[in-house]
Amino acid sequence: MPDQQHHGDRGPRVHLGVFFTGVGPQLLWADPANASHHAVETFVEVAQLLERGLFDAFFLGEGLRVRENRGKVFDLDVSGRPDAITQLAALAAVTDRIGLVATQNATYNYPADLARRLASLDFISGGRAGWNVVTTDNAWTGENFRHGGWLPHERRYERATQFVEAAKQLWGGGATADTPVDVHTDLVSFRATPTVPPSPQGRPVLFQAGDSDGGRELAARHADVVFSRHRDYQEALAYAHDLRSRLKKYGRQPDQVRILPGASVVVGDTPREAEEKARWVRSEQVNGPRAIAYLEQYWGTDLSAYDPDGPLPDIEPSAGELDPSRGTIAVERRSGKLELIAGWRDLAAERGLSIRQLVLEVSGGHAAFTGTPGQIADTWAHYVRTRAVDGFNITPHLLPSSLADIVDKIVPELQARGVYRTEYEGATLREHLDLPAPSAGKP
Amino acid sequence: MSTAGLLLAVEAADAGADPAAGRYPGGPGSALDPRLLRARVAAAERAGFAFVTFGDRPAPPPTGGRLEAGVRAAYLSQLTRRIGLAPMLHVTTTEPFHLATQLASLDHASHGRAAWVVGAANDGPARATIGAAPLDEAARRQEVRDVIDVARALWDSWEDDAVIKDVATGRFLDNDKVHHVRFEGLSFSVIGPLITPRPPQGQVVVIATDSLGVADRADITLVGDLSAVEGARAAGSPLVFAELEVALDRPGEPAASRLERLDSLAPWPRTGRARFTGPAAGLTDFLAGLAGRVDGVLFHLAEAAADFPALADQVLPALTANGVARGPRPDDITLRDVLGLARPVNRFADPVRSKYSA
Repeated sequence: MPDQQHHGDRGPRVHLGVFFTGVGPQLLWADPANASHHAVETFVEVAQLLERGLFDAFFLGEGLRVRENRGKVFDLDVSGRPDAITQLAALAAVTDRIGLVATQNATYNYPADLARRLASLDFISGGRAGWNVVTTDNAWTGENFRHGGWLPHERRYERATQFVEAAKQLWGGGATADTPVDVHTDLVSFRATPTVPPSPQGRPVLFQAGDSDGGRELAARHADVVFSRHRDYQEALAYAHDLRSRLKKYGRQPDQVRILPGASVVVGDTPREAEEKARWVRSEQVNGPRAIAYLEQYWGTDLSAYDPDGPLPDIEPSAGELDPSRGTIAVERRSGKLELIAGWRDLAAERGLSIRQLVLEVSGGHAAFTGTPGQIADTWAHYVRTRAVDGFNITPHLLPSSLADIVDKIVPELQARGVYRTEYEGATLREHLDLPAPSAGKP
Repeated sequence: MSTAGLLLAVEAADAGADPAAGRYPGGPGSALDPRLLRARVAAAERAGFAFVTFGDRPAPPPTGGRLEAGVRAAYLSQLTRRIGLAPMLHVTTTEPFHLATQLASLDHASHGRAAWVVGAANDGPARATIGAAPLDEAARRQEVRDVIDVARALWDSWEDDAVIKDVATGRFLDNDKVHHVRFEGLSFSVIGPLITPRPPQGQVVVIATDSLGVADRADITLVGDLSAVEGARAAGSPLVFAELEVALDRPGEPAASRLERLDSLAPWPRTGRARFTGPAAGLTDFLAGLAGRVDGVLFHLAEAAADFPALADQVLPALTANGVARGPRPDDITLRDVLGLARPVNRFADPVRSKYSA
């Protein structure tokens, strides 16, 4: 029998958020029906749509350097986005309930400054703010900031942990001008008095997405919500088990963390229609120019002369490892690129794959959930009833239609299965997530 | 530059400029309340103010609290349509890259109504919030110049027509029109480009007091003393506004006795700004005397709850009726339009290429 204690007598529920990346290859900008990624009206429309769908949170991504490919700004993906806290403060004025979560970097912010901005968003929204804590270790991003690439890779979560603990002290409501928060280590050093009182939810809800050991420890210690990448059912179960076992050593209960993996969703009226739509979405996402650019980041050289529908480049990749300038390459892929490319060549030869077919195969990004509204609702209900996850952070591909599909088609099916709210019961993000109030002043 | 009629702006922060304003029993309530903020700025918009400023510091006020100014301005961007929104952000306690991004984003969210009041807090407690000591005066002035310069460069880092959405080639943007800025300041460098496309106004309106010594860089220079007007104009500031502290008579209580009462709670120190104390009609006359000498006035009200209604209901209508002051005109869209400032050409735009690609 799954553990349902935190849900009271309501039973488990699907918690939904939207991860609005604002940039990246999954966004189908070329579709004429797709709304502008830059216009504030799109953000307002989406946030209000999600509020109609009783979502927990609207969640903005952020990256602190515009992505590049071989020294020039990468031109094939949607790019350019607002400061997350500024945009969410604007949205706070035209929404009432939905949580407003800002991705903010713990490497390239001043702790007291960021904590104050987040507290301000939390207060002005009536307790609806969240902070998705991310880190950046590459010096390439650091070139936009005062101290450059100051933080060694292995210490980024140490800094993030200290940063979060300092922020929690500032948000705890106990510090005054006579007893300021005073932190002095080699990674975090400041003295500040908070200017913003605690919001109705106590403090901003903390999201954390890191999947490395350091990331999981930070999540176990401080996160209220884990934005995990494990959405395959067995992987999700294993991840949930791992995370919950880590909670114990920090004196936390399994109920104190929500697990919401990122997921893309393609809905069709029939299973076949959904499959066809998912194939179309993938083929749009990995078009010819993007397939070439994908290989270029590994080859490290100009491949524009190659036909995306032809065989893999016959030239050898450049020496040296991958440069981080696309901003998206996972740590485990930053070394060993020659072995990786050799593997791709074998795969392409074995299955007769073109460049584009290979990239479709190896680049990930397939829709996590494809099906009819009823099929997807059945799957999600199973996930939450067995506590593999607590819900999902949906990554849209078309705005706003791919989200309207979820609000208008999947949400009613979830409600019919008794695993989704039929109205907001609470006012704050913490209440939406069924999370306990933070203990006052506790770091 | 001279515009037809004075432009008027008002500081919207806190309970008032007088440190005792928030303490007075039965006073205006919490300066933190978003509903009060909303009501105050909506009233300022109706009254015809060109913009509101949101003063700020990284440390708390003597009483109550204060929300970060950029958050307040962004919140109001969706609740107002014409009034300019001018948060104070400090160059000395923030990351320049974030500061430029926040202001560009405010300009997008408000459809071109963002301005920046340049702050340079340099006392011990303010600088300690970033783990630093106060700068010496030369370094502080250099920091002000450098952060303005890098913000302006970053606002140009995306050309207006950088986003092309060319389906045939799969290109979302023309990467010849998104630029590294490679800014090198005294204490920091920034490579760019900004993560945010160019603001609708091209450049966010930059507002700085003359004491910061950047009249050559600001769009509006604020002077506390009229003797500084000509210097600011000579340095190249397109607009010069006088800062004026105001306490107005109320029915049954002259301003002077109200200030006496407030001073008994906490004195209101002189800041070098002119101060007007008296009846609304006297202020109207005083302002008429400023017309033609300065382009506008930024009011700092002793007690917002008492002085704002008197200013909005009595002084502004009289000034507008006699042509001494003017508010946004029907065709004005951006704050630059209201101020009569041109939209700046992008420093990176190549006039020849632009001509042939048009």
